[in-house]
Amino acid sequence: MILKGRKICAGKAIGESLVSSGGISFYGGVDPDTGIIVEKSHPLEGKNIAGKVLVFPQGKGSTVGSYTLYRLKKNGKAPAAIINKECETIVAVGAIISEIPCVDKIDIEKIQSGAVVEVDAEKGIVKIE
Amino acid sequence: MKLTKEEWEMLAGEQGNAAKKSMEILVALGEIFGAEKMVPVKSVQVSGVSYANLGDAGLEFLAEMAKDGKVRVLTTLNPAGMDLENWKALGIPEDFAKKQKMVIDAFAKMGIITTCTCTPYFVGNRPKKGDHISWGESSAVTFANSVLGAYTSKEGGPSALAAAITGRTPLYGLHLDKNRQAQVAAKLKTELRDETDFGALGYLIGKKIGNKIPLIKGVKKATEDQLKSLSASIVTYGAPAIFHIEGITPNKTAEPKEKIEFGAADIEQAKKEMNDSGDADFILLGCPHCSLEEIRAIAGMLTGKKVVKEFWVCVARPVKKEAEKLGYVKTIEGAGAKFACDTCHVVAPLKGRFKCVMTNSAKGCFYGRGSNAFKMQLRTMRECIEEAMK
Repeated sequence: MILKGRKICAGKAIGESLVSSGGISFYGGVDPDTGIIVEKSHPLEGKNIAGKVLVFPQGKGSTVGSYTLYRLKKNGKAPAAIINKECETIVAVGAIISEIPCVDKIDIEKIQSGAVVEVDAEKGIVKIE
Repeated sequence: MKLTKEEWEMLAGEQGNAAKKSMEILVALGEIFGAEKMVPVKSVQVSGVSYANLGDAGLEFLAEMAKDGKVRVLTTLNPAGMDLENWKALGIPEDFAKKQKMVIDAFAKMGIITTCTCTPYFVGNRPKKGDHISWGESSAVTFANSVLGAYTSKEGGPSALAAAITGRTPLYGLHLDKNRQAQVAAKLKTELRDETDFGALGYLIGKKIGNKIPLIKGVKKATEDQLKSLSASIVTYGAPAIFHIEGITPNKTAEPKEKIEFGAADIEQAKKEMNDSGDADFILLGCPHCSLEEIRAIAGMLTGKKVVKEFWVCVARPVKKEAEKLGYVKTIEGAGAKFACDTCHVVAPLKGRFKCVMTNSAKGCFYGRGSNAFKMQLRTMRECIEEAMK
Protein backbone atom coordinates (compact mmCIF):
# COMPACT_ATOMS: atom_id res chain seq x y z
CA MET A 1 0.00 0.00 0.00
CA ILE A 2 1.27 3.48 -0.87
CA LEU A 3 0.14 6.60 0.98
CA LYS A 4 0.85 10.11 -0.29
CA GLY A 5 1.47 13.09 1.98
CA ARG A 6 3.64 16.18 2.27
CA LYS A 7 7.36 16.58 2.87
CA ILE A 8 8.36 18.23 6.15
CA CYS A 9 12.01 17.14 6.19
CA ALA A 10 13.64 15.34 3.25
CA GLY A 11 15.33 11.94 3.55
CA LYS A 12 14.68 8.24 3.14
CA ALA A 13 14.25 5.55 5.78
CA ILE A 14 12.89 2.07 6.25
CA GLY A 15 11.90 0.47 9.53
CA GLU A 16 9.33 -1.14 11.75
CA SER A 17 6.45 1.17 12.55
CA LEU A 18 5.37 2.21 16.03
CA VAL A 19 1.93 3.80 15.95
CA SER A 20 0.48 6.08 18.63
CA SER A 21 -3.19 7.03 18.75
CA GLY A 22 -2.33 10.08 20.91
CA GLY A 23 -0.05 13.08 20.38
CA ILE A 24 3.53 12.99 21.65
CA SER A 25 5.21 15.58 23.87
CA PHE A 26 8.92 15.04 23.33
CA TYR A 27 9.92 17.41 26.15
CA GLY A 28 9.05 15.59 29.35
CA GLY A 29 7.30 12.78 27.48
CA VAL A 30 10.31 10.97 25.98
CA ASP A 31 13.58 10.17 27.76
CA PRO A 32 16.29 11.79 25.56
CA ASP A 33 18.92 9.26 26.69
CA THR A 34 17.02 6.02 26.03
CA GLY A 35 14.22 6.87 23.58
CA ILE A 36 11.62 5.41 25.93
CA ILE A 37 8.22 7.10 26.18
CA VAL A 38 7.79 8.07 29.83
CA GLU A 39 4.60 10.16 29.78
CA LYS A 40 2.17 8.72 32.34
CA SER A 41 -0.78 6.83 30.79
CA HIS A 42 0.38 7.61 27.23
CA PRO A 43 -0.78 4.88 24.80
CA LEU A 44 2.91 4.09 24.13
CA GLU A 45 4.19 4.48 27.72
CA GLY A 46 7.26 2.25 28.19
CA LYS A 47 7.81 1.69 24.43
CA ASN A 48 11.10 2.63 22.77
CA ILE A 49 10.99 4.88 19.70
CA ALA A 50 14.68 4.40 18.75
CA GLY A 51 15.09 3.31 15.13
CA LYS A 52 11.33 3.00 14.59
CA VAL A 53 9.20 4.70 11.97
CA LEU A 54 7.22 6.68 14.51
CA VAL A 55 3.62 7.35 13.54
CA PHE A 56 1.42 9.74 15.57
CA PRO A 57 -1.25 12.39 14.94
CA GLN A 58 0.83 15.40 15.98
CA GLY A 59 3.29 16.84 18.47
CA LYS A 60 2.14 18.58 21.65
CA GLY A 61 3.56 20.35 24.71
CA SER A 62 6.58 22.59 25.16
CA THR A 63 8.55 23.98 22.22
CA VAL A 64 11.68 22.65 23.97
CA GLY A 65 10.58 19.32 22.45
CA SER A 66 12.45 20.25 19.24
CA TYR A 67 15.69 20.09 21.20
CA THR A 68 14.65 16.77 22.75
CA LEU A 69 14.42 15.28 19.23
CA TYR A 70 17.90 16.63 18.55
CA ARG A 71 19.20 15.06 21.75
CA LEU A 72 17.65 11.72 20.77
CA LYS A 73 19.38 11.90 17.39
CA LYS A 74 22.77 12.66 18.92
CA ASN A 75 22.30 9.80 21.41
CA GLY A 76 21.46 7.38 18.59
CA LYS A 77 17.92 6.96 19.96
CA ALA A 78 15.92 8.97 17.44
CA PRO A 79 13.17 7.44 15.31
CA ALA A 80 14.28 6.45 11.78
CA ALA A 81 11.46 8.58 10.39
CA ILE A 82 8.36 10.44 11.58
CA ILE A 83 4.89 10.24 10.04
CA ASN A 84 2.24 12.68 11.27
CA LYS A 85 -1.36 13.35 10.47
CA GLU A 86 -0.82 17.13 10.92
CA CYS A 87 2.71 18.26 11.68
CA GLU A 88 3.10 21.26 14.00
CA THR A 89 6.04 23.54 14.86
CA ILE A 90 7.72 21.44 17.55
CA VAL A 91 8.08 18.27 15.50
CA ALA A 92 8.78 20.12 12.22
CA VAL A 93 11.65 22.13 13.71
CA GLY A 94 12.92 19.10 15.65
CA ALA A 95 12.97 16.94 12.49
CA ILE A 96 14.76 19.62 10.45
CA ILE A 97 17.52 20.36 12.95
CA SER A 98 17.98 16.62 13.63
CA GLU A 99 17.71 15.60 9.94
CA ILE A 100 15.02 13.00 10.60
CA PRO A 101 12.92 12.24 7.48
CA CYS A 102 9.41 13.51 8.21
CA VAL A 103 6.12 13.58 6.28
CA ASP A 104 2.61 14.63 7.24
CA LYS A 105 -0.93 14.68 5.82
CA ILE A 106 -0.87 10.89 5.89
CA ASP A 107 -3.93 8.80 6.70
CA ILE A 108 -2.21 7.24 9.72
CA GLU A 109 -5.17 5.03 10.68
CA LYS A 110 -4.12 2.81 7.77
CA ILE A 111 -0.78 1.97 9.38
CA GLN A 112 -0.49 -0.87 11.93
CA SER A 113 2.21 -1.03 14.60
CA GLY A 114 4.89 -3.55 13.62
CA ALA A 115 4.47 -3.19 9.85
CA VAL A 116 7.61 -2.53 7.80
CA VAL A 117 7.29 0.98 6.44
CA GLU A 118 9.41 2.76 3.85
CA VAL A 119 9.45 6.57 3.85
CA ASP A 120 10.60 8.74 0.96
CA ALA A 121 10.07 12.16 2.52
CA GLU A 122 11.26 14.18 -0.49
CA LYS A 123 8.37 12.72 -2.52
CA GLY A 124 6.05 12.63 0.50
CA ILE A 125 5.52 8.90 -0.04
CA VAL A 126 4.97 6.18 2.57
CA LYS A 127 5.12 2.53 1.40
CA ILE A 128 3.71 -0.16 3.68
CA GLU A 129 4.81 -3.76 2.95
CA MET B 1 6.30 30.34 -0.60
CA LYS B 2 7.54 33.30 -2.55
CA LEU B 3 11.15 34.03 -1.59
CA THR B 4 13.30 37.03 -2.45
CA LYS B 5 16.64 36.65 -4.20
CA GLU B 6 18.49 37.00 -0.91
CA GLU B 7 16.27 34.44 0.77
CA TRP B 8 17.00 31.97 -2.05
CA GLU B 9 20.71 32.60 -1.59
CA MET B 10 20.45 31.82 2.10
CA LEU B 11 18.51 28.64 1.36
CA ALA B 12 21.13 27.56 -1.18
CA GLY B 13 23.88 27.94 1.42
CA GLU B 14 25.53 30.93 -0.26
CA GLN B 15 25.49 32.86 3.02
CA GLY B 16 26.86 30.08 5.20
CA ASN B 17 25.60 26.98 6.95
CA ALA B 18 23.79 28.67 9.83
CA ALA B 19 21.82 30.87 7.42
CA LYS B 20 21.02 27.79 5.29
CA LYS B 21 19.77 25.73 8.26
CA SER B 22 17.82 28.77 9.52
CA MET B 23 16.13 29.35 6.18
CA GLU B 24 15.24 25.64 5.95
CA ILE B 25 13.48 25.88 9.32
CA LEU B 26 11.60 29.06 8.36
CA VAL B 27 10.56 27.81 4.91
CA ALA B 28 9.28 24.53 6.41
CA LEU B 29 7.21 26.45 8.97
CA GLY B 30 5.98 28.83 6.29
CA GLU B 31 4.87 25.89 4.12
CA ILE B 32 3.14 24.12 7.02
CA PHE B 33 1.18 27.20 8.06
CA GLY B 34 0.49 28.49 4.56
CA ALA B 35 2.62 31.66 4.63
CA GLU B 36 2.90 33.41 1.27
CA LYS B 37 6.20 35.08 2.07
CA MET B 38 8.70 36.11 4.72
CA VAL B 39 8.44 39.37 6.66
CA PRO B 40 11.47 41.27 8.03
CA VAL B 41 11.59 41.34 11.85
CA LYS B 42 12.72 44.21 14.09
CA SER B 43 13.71 42.12 17.08
CA VAL B 44 14.07 38.56 18.36
CA GLN B 45 13.78 36.93 21.78
CA VAL B 46 15.37 33.46 21.85
CA SER B 47 14.03 30.83 24.26
CA GLY B 48 15.64 27.46 25.03
CA VAL B 49 18.59 28.80 27.04
CA SER B 50 18.70 26.61 30.17
CA TYR B 51 21.23 23.80 29.96
CA ALA B 52 18.73 21.74 31.98
CA ASN B 53 16.50 21.73 28.88
CA LEU B 54 19.12 21.78 26.13
CA GLY B 55 21.46 19.04 27.33
CA ASP B 56 24.75 18.35 25.55
CA ALA B 57 22.99 17.87 22.22
CA GLY B 58 21.29 21.27 22.38
CA LEU B 59 24.62 22.83 23.29
CA GLU B 60 26.22 21.11 20.32
CA PHE B 61 23.49 22.45 18.00
CA LEU B 62 24.08 26.01 19.24
CA ALA B 63 27.86 25.66 18.93
CA GLU B 64 27.38 24.42 15.34
CA MET B 65 25.13 27.41 14.53
CA ALA B 66 27.66 29.77 16.15
CA LYS B 67 30.43 28.60 13.76
CA ASP B 68 29.26 31.00 11.04
CA GLY B 69 25.91 32.33 12.31
CA LYS B 70 25.52 36.03 13.13
CA VAL B 71 22.27 37.71 14.12
CA ARG B 72 21.00 40.52 11.87
CA VAL B 73 18.62 42.21 14.33
CA LEU B 74 18.41 43.11 18.02
CA THR B 75 18.28 39.75 19.80
CA THR B 76 17.92 39.02 23.52
CA LEU B 77 17.83 35.78 25.53
CA ASN B 78 15.37 33.97 27.77
CA PRO B 79 16.37 33.01 31.34
CA ALA B 80 19.18 30.50 31.81
CA GLY B 81 19.36 27.67 34.34
CA MET B 82 21.27 29.79 36.86
CA ASP B 83 22.37 33.26 37.89
CA LEU B 84 25.42 33.66 35.65
CA GLU B 85 27.43 35.48 38.32
CA ASN B 86 25.92 34.47 41.65
CA TRP B 87 25.26 30.75 40.90
CA LYS B 88 27.37 29.39 43.74
CA ALA B 89 25.43 31.25 46.42
CA LEU B 90 22.20 29.91 44.93
CA GLY B 91 23.43 26.33 45.20
CA ILE B 92 23.98 25.44 41.51
CA PRO B 93 26.44 22.53 40.92
CA GLU B 94 29.80 23.35 39.31
CA ASP B 95 29.49 21.01 36.29
CA PHE B 96 26.06 22.44 35.46
CA ALA B 97 27.47 25.97 35.67
CA LYS B 98 30.29 25.10 33.27
CA LYS B 99 27.88 23.78 30.63
CA GLN B 100 25.46 26.68 31.12
CA LYS B 101 28.31 29.13 30.49
CA MET B 102 29.18 27.32 27.25
CA VAL B 103 25.57 27.77 26.11
CA ILE B 104 25.73 31.51 26.83
CA ASP B 105 29.10 31.79 25.05
CA ALA B 106 27.63 30.23 21.89
CA PHE B 107 24.78 32.76 21.91
CA ALA B 108 27.21 35.64 22.55
CA LYS B 109 29.38 34.52 19.62
CA MET B 110 26.37 34.95 17.33
CA GLY B 111 25.97 38.57 18.48
CA ILE B 112 23.04 37.99 20.83
CA ILE B 113 22.73 40.25 23.86
CA THR B 114 22.90 37.78 26.73
CA THR B 115 20.46 39.52 29.06
CA CYS B 116 18.72 36.22 30.01
CA THR B 117 15.31 37.50 30.96
CA CYS B 118 11.66 36.67 30.26
CA THR B 119 10.94 40.43 30.32
CA PRO B 120 13.08 41.73 27.43
CA TYR B 121 10.68 44.68 27.22
CA PHE B 122 12.19 46.01 30.50
CA VAL B 123 15.77 45.92 29.21
CA GLY B 124 15.83 47.64 25.84
CA ASN B 125 14.06 45.10 23.63
CA ARG B 126 10.70 46.83 23.61
CA PRO B 127 8.97 46.73 20.22
CA LYS B 128 6.62 49.45 19.04
CA LYS B 129 3.01 49.02 17.98
CA GLY B 130 2.89 47.44 14.53
CA ASP B 131 6.42 46.02 14.60
CA HIS B 132 6.87 42.47 13.31
CA ILE B 133 9.11 40.53 15.68
CA SER B 134 10.00 36.87 16.30
CA TRP B 135 9.84 36.00 19.97
CA GLY B 136 9.99 32.87 22.06
CA GLU B 137 8.91 32.85 25.75
CA SER B 138 5.13 32.62 25.79
CA SER B 139 4.56 35.31 28.45
CA ALA B 140 6.69 37.84 26.56
CA VAL B 141 5.04 36.88 23.26
CA THR B 142 1.60 37.51 24.76
CA PHE B 143 2.72 40.81 26.33
CA ALA B 144 4.26 41.97 23.04
CA ASN B 145 1.17 41.08 21.00
CA SER B 146 -1.46 42.27 23.48
CA VAL B 147 0.02 45.12 25.51
CA LEU B 148 2.59 46.56 23.08
CA GLY B 149 0.68 45.86 19.86
CA ALA B 150 3.60 44.13 18.13
CA TYR B 151 3.15 41.09 15.84
CA THR B 152 4.69 37.75 16.70
CA SER B 153 3.98 34.04 16.57
CA LYS B 154 4.82 31.94 19.64
CA GLU B 155 8.23 30.70 18.57
CA GLY B 156 10.40 27.91 19.92
CA GLY B 157 14.14 28.27 20.48
CA PRO B 158 15.39 27.14 17.05
CA SER B 159 12.78 29.06 15.02
CA ALA B 160 13.46 32.31 16.90
CA LEU B 161 17.20 31.82 16.44
CA ALA B 162 16.58 31.18 12.74
CA ALA B 163 14.69 34.48 12.53
CA ALA B 164 17.58 36.29 14.25
CA ILE B 165 20.15 34.85 11.82
CA THR B 166 18.10 35.58 8.69
CA GLY B 167 16.30 38.72 9.94
CA ARG B 168 12.99 37.23 8.79
CA THR B 169 10.03 35.12 9.81
CA PRO B 170 7.23 33.52 7.79
CA LEU B 171 4.15 35.74 7.55
CA TYR B 172 1.25 33.77 9.04
CA GLY B 173 -0.91 33.46 12.16
CA LEU B 174 -0.64 36.33 14.62
CA HIS B 175 1.41 38.36 12.09
CA LEU B 176 -1.84 38.99 10.21
CA ASP B 177 -4.60 41.32 11.50
CA LYS B 178 -7.36 38.95 10.45
CA ASN B 179 -6.05 36.32 12.86
CA ARG B 180 -5.86 38.74 15.81
CA GLN B 181 -9.56 39.54 16.12
CA ALA B 182 -11.41 38.68 19.32
CA GLN B 183 -13.60 35.57 19.08
CA VAL B 184 -15.34 35.70 22.44
CA ALA B 185 -16.27 38.58 24.77
CA ALA B 186 -15.38 37.79 28.39
CA LYS B 187 -17.29 40.11 30.73
CA LEU B 188 -15.88 40.50 34.20
CA LYS B 189 -18.51 41.23 36.89
CA THR B 190 -16.05 41.87 39.71
CA GLU B 191 -13.08 44.13 40.31
CA LEU B 192 -9.54 42.80 40.04
CA ARG B 193 -7.58 43.92 43.10
CA ASP B 194 -4.04 42.66 42.64
CA GLU B 195 -1.62 40.64 40.51
CA THR B 196 -3.04 37.30 41.74
CA ASP B 197 -6.52 38.34 40.58
CA PHE B 198 -5.11 39.11 37.13
CA GLY B 199 -3.31 35.76 37.19
CA ALA B 200 -6.53 34.00 38.16
CA LEU B 201 -8.39 35.73 35.32
CA GLY B 202 -5.77 34.37 32.90
CA TYR B 203 -6.27 30.90 34.35
CA LEU B 204 -10.06 31.15 33.92
CA ILE B 205 -9.86 32.37 30.34
CA GLY B 206 -7.27 29.76 29.38
CA LYS B 207 -9.32 26.93 30.90
CA LYS B 208 -12.83 28.08 29.90
CA ILE B 209 -12.26 29.63 26.48
CA GLY B 210 -9.32 27.53 25.36
CA ASN B 211 -8.03 28.42 21.94
CA LYS B 212 -10.25 31.45 21.20
CA ILE B 213 -8.99 35.05 21.41
CA PRO B 214 -10.77 36.96 24.20
CA LEU B 215 -12.01 40.54 24.40
CA ILE B 216 -12.06 41.17 28.16
CA LYS B 217 -14.62 43.71 29.36
CA GLY B 218 -15.16 45.31 32.73
CA VAL B 219 -11.54 45.91 33.72
CA LYS B 220 -11.38 49.55 34.82
CA LYS B 221 -7.63 49.91 35.25
CA ALA B 222 -4.53 47.78 35.05
CA THR B 223 -0.87 48.47 35.78
CA GLU B 224 1.80 47.19 33.40
CA ASP B 225 2.85 44.67 36.06
CA GLN B 226 -0.71 43.36 36.31
CA LEU B 227 -0.84 43.01 32.52
CA LYS B 228 2.49 41.16 32.73
CA SER B 229 0.89 38.74 35.20
CA LEU B 230 -2.17 38.26 32.98
CA SER B 231 -0.02 37.77 29.85
CA ALA B 232 1.95 35.03 31.59
CA SER B 233 -1.01 33.18 33.02
CA ILE B 234 -3.46 33.35 30.11
CA VAL B 235 -1.09 31.62 27.70
CA THR B 236 0.17 29.12 30.30
CA TYR B 237 -3.34 27.85 30.92
CA GLY B 238 -4.26 27.37 27.28
CA ALA B 239 -5.30 30.61 25.57
CA PRO B 240 -3.77 31.98 22.34
CA ALA B 241 -0.85 34.40 22.70
CA ILE B 242 -2.99 37.52 22.34
CA PHE B 243 -5.84 39.13 24.29
CA HIS B 244 -7.74 42.40 24.17
CA ILE B 245 -9.01 44.44 27.13
CA GLU B 246 -11.62 47.04 26.28
CA GLY B 247 -10.26 50.54 26.90
CA ILE B 248 -6.79 49.32 27.89
CA THR B 249 -4.93 47.34 25.20
CA PRO B 250 -3.94 49.08 21.92
CA ASN B 251 -5.16 46.64 19.24
CA LYS B 252 -8.43 47.20 17.40
CA THR B 253 -10.86 44.31 17.29
CA ALA B 254 -14.42 43.69 16.12
CA GLU B 255 -17.06 42.80 18.71
CA PRO B 256 -17.37 39.00 18.96
CA LYS B 257 -20.79 37.30 18.98
CA GLU B 258 -19.94 34.66 21.55
CA LYS B 259 -20.12 35.87 25.17
CA ILE B 260 -19.10 34.55 28.57
CA GLU B 261 -19.20 36.07 32.08
CA PHE B 262 -16.93 35.70 35.10
CA GLY B 263 -17.66 36.79 38.69
CA ALA B 264 -15.84 36.98 42.01
CA ALA B 265 -16.64 33.33 42.79
CA ASP B 266 -14.96 32.20 39.55
CA ILE B 267 -11.80 34.14 40.42
CA GLU B 268 -11.73 32.56 43.90
CA GLN B 269 -12.32 29.06 42.48
CA ALA B 270 -9.45 29.56 40.00
CA LYS B 271 -7.13 30.50 42.86
CA LYS B 272 -8.23 27.44 44.83
CA GLU B 273 -7.35 25.19 41.89
CA MET B 274 -3.87 26.69 41.58
CA ASN B 275 -3.09 26.23 45.30
CA ASP B 276 -1.66 23.13 46.96
CA SER B 277 -1.72 22.55 50.71
CA GLY B 278 1.56 22.54 52.63
CA ASP B 279 4.00 24.76 54.49
CA ALA B 280 5.93 27.03 52.15
CA ASP B 281 9.72 26.70 52.47
CA PHE B 282 10.64 28.82 49.45
CA ILE B 283 9.29 32.27 48.58
CA LEU B 284 9.61 33.43 45.00
CA LEU B 285 8.81 36.78 43.42
CA GLY B 286 9.56 37.73 39.82
CA CYS B 287 7.80 35.30 37.48
CA PRO B 288 7.93 36.90 34.94
CA HIS B 289 10.99 38.87 36.09
CA CYS B 290 10.28 41.88 38.34
CA SER B 291 9.96 45.41 37.04
CA LEU B 292 11.79 48.23 38.80
CA GLU B 293 8.45 49.26 40.27
CA GLU B 294 7.97 45.80 41.79
CA ILE B 295 11.50 45.87 43.26
CA ARG B 296 10.68 49.26 44.77
CA ALA B 297 7.54 47.81 46.36
CA ILE B 298 9.43 44.78 47.73
CA ALA B 299 12.11 47.06 49.21
CA GLY B 300 9.39 49.17 50.79
CA MET B 301 7.86 46.15 52.52
CA LEU B 302 11.23 44.75 53.63
CA THR B 303 12.67 47.95 55.09
CA GLY B 304 14.00 47.16 58.56
CA LYS B 305 12.65 43.57 58.39
CA LYS B 306 14.25 40.09 58.38
CA VAL B 307 13.15 37.11 56.32
CA VAL B 308 13.75 33.63 57.73
CA LYS B 309 12.75 31.51 54.73
CA GLU B 310 14.64 31.07 51.44
CA PHE B 311 13.44 34.05 49.43
CA TRP B 312 14.36 34.77 45.81
CA VAL B 313 13.65 37.89 43.80
CA CYS B 314 14.05 37.02 40.10
CA VAL B 315 14.98 39.90 37.84
CA ALA B 316 16.83 40.90 34.70
CA ARG B 317 20.38 41.95 35.55
CA PRO B 318 20.06 45.50 34.10
CA VAL B 319 16.94 46.09 36.23
CA LYS B 320 18.85 44.94 39.33
CA LYS B 321 21.64 47.40 38.42
CA GLU B 322 19.07 50.23 38.41
CA ALA B 323 17.67 48.99 41.71
CA GLU B 324 21.18 49.01 43.14
CA LYS B 325 21.62 52.69 42.30
CA LEU B 326 18.33 53.46 44.01
CA GLY B 327 19.29 51.59 47.19
CA TYR B 328 16.58 48.91 46.85
CA VAL B 329 19.05 46.03 46.50
CA LYS B 330 20.77 46.94 49.78
CA THR B 331 17.43 47.00 51.59
CA ILE B 332 16.26 43.68 50.13
CA GLU B 333 19.55 41.83 50.63
CA GLY B 334 19.90 43.40 54.06
CA ALA B 335 16.61 41.75 55.00
CA GLY B 336 18.04 38.37 54.01
CA ALA B 337 16.36 37.89 50.61
CA LYS B 338 18.43 36.88 47.57
CA PHE B 339 18.45 38.22 44.05
CA ALA B 340 18.44 35.67 41.25
CA CYS B 341 19.32 37.36 37.97
CA ASP B 342 19.22 35.57 34.60
CA THR B 343 17.08 32.68 35.90
CA CYS B 344 13.97 31.51 37.77
CA HIS B 345 12.42 28.52 39.52
CA VAL B 346 11.08 27.11 36.24
CA VAL B 347 14.40 26.64 34.44
CA ALA B 348 16.88 26.20 37.32
CA PRO B 349 17.68 22.65 38.52
CA LEU B 350 16.02 22.89 41.96
CA LYS B 351 14.17 19.58 42.16
CA GLY B 352 14.29 18.18 45.69
CA ARG B 353 15.75 21.31 47.28
CA PHE B 354 12.37 22.73 48.31
CA LYS B 355 8.97 21.19 48.94
CA CYS B 356 6.47 24.02 48.75
CA VAL B 357 6.84 27.35 46.96
CA MET B 358 4.81 30.48 47.61
CA THR B 359 4.70 32.99 44.75
CA ASN B 360 2.51 35.77 43.36
CA SER B 361 2.68 34.20 39.89
CA ALA B 362 -0.14 32.08 38.45
CA LYS B 363 2.21 30.99 35.67
CA GLY B 364 4.82 30.10 38.29
CA CYS B 365 2.31 27.78 39.97
CA PHE B 366 1.89 25.71 36.79
CA TYR B 367 5.58 25.33 35.91
CA GLY B 368 6.71 24.92 39.52
CA ARG B 369 4.43 21.91 39.79
CA GLY B 370 5.71 20.61 36.47
CA SER B 371 9.43 21.05 36.00
CA ASN B 372 10.63 20.93 39.62
CA ALA B 373 7.72 18.96 41.17
CA PHE B 374 7.04 21.58 43.89
CA LYS B 375 3.81 22.13 45.77
CA MET B 376 2.67 25.65 44.88
CA GLN B 377 0.80 28.44 46.66
CA LEU B 378 -0.46 31.63 45.04
CA ARG B 379 -0.50 34.75 47.24
CA THR B 380 -0.05 38.49 46.75
CA MET B 381 3.40 40.04 46.99
CA ARG B 382 2.60 41.34 50.48
CA GLU B 383 1.39 37.93 51.69
CA CYS B 384 4.49 36.26 50.23
CA ILE B 385 6.74 38.68 52.09
CA GLU B 386 4.83 38.16 55.35
CA GLU B 387 5.18 34.39 54.95
CA ALA B 388 8.93 34.77 54.44
CA MET B 389 9.23 36.48 57.81
CA LYS B 390 7.31 33.76 59.75
